[in-house]
Amino acid sequence: MLSQDREVYYGLRDVKWRQRPWDGVRMLASYLILSFGALIFLMPFFWMVGTSLKEQAEVYTFPPTFFPRVIRWENFPEGWTHPNTMFPLWTANTLWITLGVMGGVLLASSLCAYGFARLKFPGRDFWFMVVLASIMLPGPVTLIPLYILYQRIGWLDTFKPLIVPAWFGGGAFNIFLLRQFFKGIPMELEEAAIVDGASRFRIWWQIFLPLSKPALATIAVFTFQGVWNDFYGPLIFLTSRSRYTLALGINAFKGMYHTQVPLMMAMSWLMVIPMIIIFFLAQKLMIRGVVLSGIKG
Amino acid sequence: MTPNRSRPSLHTRWENLNKRHRDTIQGYLFIMPVILGLIIFTIGPMIASFYFSFTKFPILQSPEWVGLDNYVKMLTQERYFWQAVRVTVVYAVTAVPLGILGSFLLALLLDQRVKGIAFFRTCFYMPTIVPALASAVLWGWLLNPHYGLVNAVLSRFALPTSPFLSDPKTALASLVLMSMWGIGGGMVIYLAGLQGISQQLYEAGRIDGANMLQLFRHITIPLMTPTIFFNLVMGLIGAFQYFTGAFVLTGGGPLFSTYFYNLMLYERAFKWVQMGMASAMAWFLLVVVLLLTLLVFRSSGMWVYYETEVK
Repeated sequence: MLSQDREVYYGLRDVKWRQRPWDGVRMLASYLILSFGALIFLMPFFWMVGTSLKEQAEVYTFPPTFFPRVIRWENFPEGWTHPNTMFPLWTANTLWITLGVMGGVLLASSLCAYGFARLKFPGRDFWFMVVLASIMLPGPVTLIPLYILYQRIGWLDTFKPLIVPAWFGGGAFNIFLLRQFFKGIPMELEEAAIVDGASRFRIWWQIFLPLSKPALATIAVFTFQGVWNDFYGPLIFLTSRSRYTLALGINAFKGMYHTQVPLMMAMSWLMVIPMIIIFFLAQKLMIRGVVLSGIKG
Repeated sequence: MTPNRSRPSLHTRWENLNKRHRDTIQGYLFIMPVILGLIIFTIGPMIASFYFSFTKFPILQSPEWVGLDNYVKMLTQERYFWQAVRVTVVYAVTAVPLGILGSFLLALLLDQRVKGIAFFRTCFYMPTIVPALASAVLWGWLLNPHYGLVNAVLSRFALPTSPFLSDPKTALASLVLMSMWGIGGGMVIYLAGLQGISQQLYEAGRIDGANMLQLFRHITIPLMTPTIFFNLVMGLIGAFQYFTGAFVLTGGGPLFSTYFYNLMLYERAFKWVQMGMASAMAWFLLVVVLLLTLLVFRSSGMWVYYETEVK
């Protein structure tokens, strides 16, 4: 009866493997399925690696080769300095916009989140609902008037339309996230600081921000990802080649030299690799964010 | 203390305010960025675009009132308007449910305590960190009818190959297929949900004699409905604004088979600079998304289970 009981489990979780003969088979089966699935999901990456190292002629063969016959590392420097492109500048532009947005998002969203989490005042819940509702709003509705506005004040083809809005609120989702985090910080800390004569602003800066490093880091990572990946915003607001971001630049490269597939793939790595690095760094950060969500002792 | 007691300094006046008033002033100072942001970048533009939608507005001149003309023209005369609606709806009703189903099954598969599971989770999650543009460039090449990997694999196993993005019959389906590469994002959310289900519930069910399928049907599924609901709403909102893949890979073609609503709107506003018509299209989208969200929320009473609810 007891061994029968052990068979009842959910989703294969919490099973001590190799207790009974069937478990071994089951484990083998799930490893097989997982490996096969993982192979399919990773295949595009391998294909991208292979293609970015091939010679121009080799990509136009059928059946396509998976491993390049000749490994051609030169694709990377050649793409980087390709005529009619400015990859170094586009990378710098993307980084600049990313940093500008990140600064705004971290400051503005934490200020607002503190107000929503720790001060009681009439209208607070109303404004918080408005903030949350704005998450659902489709972008195009506000985009056209903003475009006209930027055109009138000469902001088109500058980074301002991409950076400035971040300093006003820093994103509804981030405010929501930080508000939740701030609500978990013990009241006693704040009350003690008030008794000692600290202002609210100082409490935000010297108590809440340092205690929220994990949450802030999480938001920084999400923001970095969002801005780095953004294609729609730069496409609409930036027009000169010298102002392009990486996403726009690679798209332009694709338009001009669509046959130069290896160089195109090599330059696509420029966009992908920072995301992979951030992902592996941030994994730890996010777990720590969960663990450190309270202070002890 | 201070020489002029009759005129208290700003500081003492602040001290004399009661706590409620002080909190109100400070509260509004703290949330000032987002209030300004909402007014300047959301509410103001919404009112403006609502007004523009009733005007003829080539950006360099000022808007000229035309009443309901844009809406009437859009719904009755625009040649590709309903085509764009159809493409977007077809994409939404295929990619969103398939994505939910796929990521949920994937989460079930990855919710095991076996060696190396973290590695597998990472493998399935990796595609979601690839920027949309890089992903489109990569898939454009993977799905190349002549030199792409997918057709090479298909023909290797003697399966029929496909023209994918270059044929009107298969182009939209190819974009749906592409979207399936990103189901790792939903998977992570479902995984967190699954791991939040208390093991005691399963124990209790087991004692009552339920088998595995019954446990799944009556414990796992109901407890996961809030997560599915969240992913459904966000998925639909995202699908109705789909843009990058179609813009980069097909430009709406071939023969308008991937002419997404947002692509039409983009061309109208930024290629043809018909800001009035584009605003009308944006408002139509807003109303449809709003109605749909409302509908999904309304229906949620019937199928979404909340643990705190007493039935």
